[in-house]
Amino acid sequence: MIPENDEPIVRFENIGLRYGLGREVLKDVSFALAPGSFHFLVGESGAGKSSLLKLIYLALRPTRGNISLFGHEIASTPRDDLSALRRQIGVVFQEFKLLNHLSAFDNVALPMRVARAKRKDVDRHVTELLAWVGLKDHMQARPPTLSGGQQQRVAIARAVISRPSLLLADEPTGNVDDQMGLRLIHLFEELNRLGTSVIIATHSKQLVERLGYSQLQLTDGRLAIIPGRAEAEAAVAASVETAAEAEDIQNQHPDSRRVAAGEEDLYDNASGVESYL
Amino acid sequence: MILTGRSDLPLDKDEHSRFLPWLIAFMVFLSILAVAGMLVLNATASRWDVGVRGNLTVQIVPTDDAAADEARLNEVLTVLATAPEVARYDALDETRLIRLLEPWVGPSTEKGDLPLPRLIDVELKQATNFTSGDLGARLSERVKGVAIDDHRVWLDRLVRMIETFEALALVVLLFITMATVGTVVFTTRTGLAIHREAIEVLHLIGAHDEYIARQFASRALGLGIRGGLLGLVLALPTLWMLAHLAASLDERLLPDIGFGPWHWALLLAMPVSVALIAMTTAKVTVLKNLARML
Ligand SMILES: Nc1ncnc2c1ncn2[C@@H]1O[C@H](COP(=O)(O)OP(=O)(O)OP(=O)(O)O)[C@@H](O)[C@H]1O
Ligand SMILES: [Mg+2]
Repeated sequence: MIPENDEPIVRFENIGLRYGLGREVLKDVSFALAPGSFHFLVGESGAGKSSLLKLIYLALRPTRGNISLFGHEIASTPRDDLSALRRQIGVVFQEFKLLNHLSAFDNVALPMRVARAKRKDVDRHVTELLAWVGLKDHMQARPPTLSGGQQQRVAIARAVISRPSLLLADEPTGNVDDQMGLRLIHLFEELNRLGTSVIIATHSKQLVERLGYSQLQLTDGRLAIIPGRAEAEAAVAASVETAAEAEDIQNQHPDSRRVAAGEEDLYDNASGVESYL
Repeated sequence: MILTGRSDLPLDKDEHSRFLPWLIAFMVFLSILAVAGMLVLNATASRWDVGVRGNLTVQIVPTDDAAADEARLNEVLTVLATAPEVARYDALDETRLIRLLEPWVGPSTEKGDLPLPRLIDVELKQATNFTSGDLGARLSERVKGVAIDDHRVWLDRLVRMIETFEALALVVLLFITMATVGTVVFTTRTGLAIHREAIEVLHLIGAHDEYIARQFASRALGLGIRGGLLGLVLALPTLWMLAHLAASLDERLLPDIGFGPWHWALLLAMPVSVALIAMTTAKVTVLKNLARML
């Protein structure tokens, strides 16, 4: 399941999706994401963001078109091999999908147990990660007794616990305050730095602006790709001759790294997660 | 993981599967009775077989000439005395014969009133190569008007009846198996419907079908074992009671069939096999159901 060299981690070719006999929710969607990339998925409510993610995490089959994950064309992959692909994908579901009869700890442990991890490793990793997302005192709590934001953090911890190659997060910061939101995003960035490709569906323009990653923008089922700041700069540097013009662009797009540096205090106790990651 | 281990699905809290152990207990109860019945019949048949096979009755058909009849009787007795396979023989004298016939022909019968056949009860040696048929053939050759009754017809009919009962017991076992499988399929499907969302999460997280099926299978095994033991506990006293009842009814007809270790093992295998059937059925049901998921 290791992606072949330079093989996109996700590739959509002319994907169309229709629920039953309804209208087409996704229309001719094509894109390819390089391993290690970081994307925001934006679009109005009902634009098809969750649907697109469902196609990637193999909860849905497209009505037409081809999807490849990690270099495997899904349509021709035997069903028995799909669970191995799924284990490479961490998902933060929009509605969390926590198992209400299990404790926060057991919910987060689930992907490791499914992958038959050693009990000792499960205990250590789950404890560390839950502590890091601020749920040290709620490990044994069941999801219904947790607040929306706490549930969301359990869901995020469950998605990242087994260090997936691809992380999909559907509105992962919708229920937490800005500070916790940034902290969680930093967790995703940290994973991304270690090689995980990330797609975050969000309504938060502020978040998208601030971090400046590439955007997959859905408008009425059609996809447009808006390059991130880094990509835009590279493109501009290549095509624009005069330094003055380049400087102009720089001023319009403040360096994302500087923004992140200004946020350093928020990440101060982020070091804890490094030992887990 | 099979009996104790942690389960990701709260199957132990399912209301709908509460009745399963009781149903399985009933099934195990019935199957133990059926198998015990089969064992008793089997043992009885082979005892009758052994007991009767070594016995035959030689009948000398009476004629008007009493002296000739007496001569034929003596001739038969000589043959029997010299036959190597005969262990014992006993000629019934006429007074005993009349007493035996009293219930049918009335008490007034006097010696000589009726032409009575002479009967000789013959017992063959246990380990002999000769059959009752061989002896019969030799007797008929030497003496005229000799009828041999080796109880074959009666025995064959009895054996056929016992075989019918055994087949009936097998049918009962078959029905028990089908009913158990059907119930477990139904219970498992209900469980799948109740836990659909949790199963979907496990599936999306990358759990193999086997992983999910195992949870249902170990639950079914647990319920099966509980029900099986209950059935066993109910069946054993019942068997004991029936055995005593049968013994007091007719000790000769139903000789004390000492159940050997193999018989007990077979009876104990009933709850175990029903539990295993429940486990396998649950597993297959879940795997079939999950195969429909993407
Ligand atoms: N299971 C379904 N059956 C039928 N139609 C559906 C289903 N799920 C989504 N849709 C439709 O598909 C369209 C896109 O839905 P989707 O959930 O992908 O939007 P979204 O971009 O995630 O919206 P939001 O930002 O509100 O989460 C909507 O018009 C919705 O009504
Ligand atoms: Mg959505």
